[in-house]
Amino acid sequence: MVAAEWALEISGLEKSFDRPAVRGLDLRVKGGEFYALLGPNGAGKTTTLRMVSGLLMPDEGAISVFGVDVKRDPVAAKKIMAWVSDEPMIYDKLTPYEYLEFVAGLWDIDAGEAERRASELLDWLELAPHAHERCGGFSKGMRQKVALAGALVHDPKLIILDEPLTGLDAGSARLVKDVLLNRVRGGVTVIMTTHILEVAERMAERIGVIAEGRLIAEGTLDELRAKAGQDGSSLEDVFLNLVAEHAEAA
Amino acid sequence: MAAPTTLTWFARHELNLVWRDWLSMMTAGKRGKEMLLALVLTAMAAGAHWIAGTIVDAWAANGVALTKPNLVLLSGGGLLFFTLMLSQAMESVTRAYYARSDLDLILSSPASSRRLFAIRTGAIGLSTLMLSGLIAAPFINMLILRDGWHWFAAYGVMASFAALAAALAVLSVLALFRTVGPKRTRLISQIVAAIVGAGFIIGIQAVAIVYYGSLSRFTLLQSPEVIALAPEVTSWLWLPARAAMGDIGALAGLAAGAFGLFAVVIAMSSASFGDHAVSAAGVSEVKHHETRRAAGFRAMSPRRALRAKEWVLLKRDPWLISQTLMQILYLLPPAMMLWLYYGESSGVLVIIITVLVMASGQLAGGLAWLAISGEDAPDLVATAPVSERAIIWAKVEAVLSIIAIVAAPFIVAMAFVSMHQAVAAAAGILLAAGSATAIQLWFRVQAKRTLFRRRQISSRTATLGEAFASIMWAGTAGLAAGGTWLAVIPGVLALCVVVAMKLVAPKEA
Repeated sequence: MVAAEWALEISGLEKSFDRPAVRGLDLRVKGGEFYALLGPNGAGKTTTLRMVSGLLMPDEGAISVFGVDVKRDPVAAKKIMAWVSDEPMIYDKLTPYEYLEFVAGLWDIDAGEAERRASELLDWLELAPHAHERCGGFSKGMRQKVALAGALVHDPKLIILDEPLTGLDAGSARLVKDVLLNRVRGGVTVIMTTHILEVAERMAERIGVIAEGRLIAEGTLDELRAKAGQDGSSLEDVFLNLVAEHAEAA
Repeated sequence: MAAPTTLTWFARHELNLVWRDWLSMMTAGKRGKEMLLALVLTAMAAGAHWIAGTIVDAWAANGVALTKPNLVLLSGGGLLFFTLMLSQAMESVTRAYYARSDLDLILSSPASSRRLFAIRTGAIGLSTLMLSGLIAAPFINMLILRDGWHWFAAYGVMASFAALAAALAVLSVLALFRTVGPKRTRLISQIVAAIVGAGFIIGIQAVAIVYYGSLSRFTLLQSPEVIALAPEVTSWLWLPARAAMGDIGALAGLAAGAFGLFAVVIAMSSASFGDHAVSAAGVSEVKHHETRRAAGFRAMSPRRALRAKEWVLLKRDPWLISQTLMQILYLLPPAMMLWLYYGESSGVLVIIITVLVMASGQLAGGLAWLAISGEDAPDLVATAPVSERAIIWAKVEAVLSIIAIVAAPFIVAMAFVSMHQAVAAAAGILLAAGSATAIQLWFRVQAKRTLFRRRQISSRTATLGEAFASIMWAGTAGLAAGGTWLAVIPGVLALCVVVAMKLVAPKEA
């Protein structure tokens, strides 16, 4: 497979704060794939994805997004990426409509095209009735949907989501999942971290398990079951087994 | 140890919170800085006493007699402190009613919330006394040293003023809750608090300008006309001043009145505190509708989008406008001077330029903090395909354009009198605003915009640097406008401050 066919290529990635958070991580995600990155708290998932998104500088290693070196040409890489965190950071004093207009401006998208996409997204995410209300009074779920709309309005090729379903009610979670699956069907790559293992089990084509800053297992659910020697088990059992095995080995 | 849920137990809990809040504010939340803080506070206290000594010496050299001029001066100074206390108390009371922090815990517990709210209101009186006492104590101490122990009674006056200020603050906030409702109470109360804090100073400055052509507020308090108009020394109006000078009867009367009113207000308000706090907590859930633009999305470059966003966020936050643009209030006296003495004397312009440059620096610092550190969606902006330099420039442009709008009328008016002085003012404003913005940029720490009032906490070095740079640039512009080469000295010092700030600024991760 040539480099550009990989949506994301990470090699030898390292990052330390007061202790090492990511240690020599290698990871590859195919274009158009739904990839779930799992791991216990403090495993290095968020740090890894923040480095990919350009929010943190790696100490060592290389990251490329669709062949674009994130360190060498961050602006070009950011042009084709979107980042959604678990804590939706939006502006309380802006309306969803104004927020999407701001995001379109930041990504330098044609105003007419951006408005058409914004209207579609507001409809899909059931935000249209609230499009001209300030976000300050919104619930966590509505705020997360506004943040997701912002991530999608510039039509990214790679969407990175860190725990996007945390705190969402069942209806909002279903909407977000549907929108993401719809994007994957359209050829977009989605990389998501989650602690809700049923979501990863149902949605992800491949799953990576990270512990202590290293990728300890990767593959389809069946491949992970085989690796853990637990045919027919749930992802939860497989995940706990893999993490426990890694901890014992360490 | 006090039994749980008694008044003493609640008081201990509340004082613990007040103490930790104060310590965190003074040490910027960094552990292990207590010793450094103690050293800095000692040095500052020594400096404050030295300054107070030089001021008090001239006045109390031959003893302070019970005369009308002395009573006018003391009462004027006392009123100044009282307005500051009232402003501080109104701010604290409003914050207490709108803080959601432990409200759910208190109201859902079986303990008497009335007791806790009574203690909480009392703690506001105490913190008001502490903050204003820090400013007044050096003067009182120096008066005790120079003129005798009877000045110790001034501390009793301060405590009475704090109780009175807290009582009036609670009454005014309760009145606002009843008249304008919880949605508008916070905004109105905080604006009133700011105006009360600045109003007295600006008011007497304005009268001094009109009658004496001076910006000094003491000119008015020492003028023969005011002294002649003042009532005789036996008047009850001088009760606080006489109490401060050691009249025990006057002090007892003042303290009984102030603490009595405070006790009544605490008893009256503690029952409804919870209800008002709950209604205040529901305010954030109120929906604000914006009118939809018929033209749809505007074509914007990333820089324009960032600038427009900053302006919209500021425009839609009246509380932030009131806090940020408060410096503009201090421009009213120089504006009045410019209006009254327009074209008469270019010497007046020198004073105006100094105030204008200093206010611009402070205003720019506040706005830059909002735009740079107070970014509510830092991840969104950082993941946008825009270089960091372009983001920073857009934010700097947003800040400087507001400064330009505020300063432009002054500069244009000055240009008709003296082009040289207008240029000096414009250059000074640009340098002061630019320096303050740069310092905020170098010391940026991600924070919520709602923490604007506590922006100084993140770095005292940055706050002091910003203030020193503004003062030095104000001196440079003033001296340059006066046509003296001495302007080079504060200019070089200002540059040194800016360079020093760059050198000590934390390195980026």
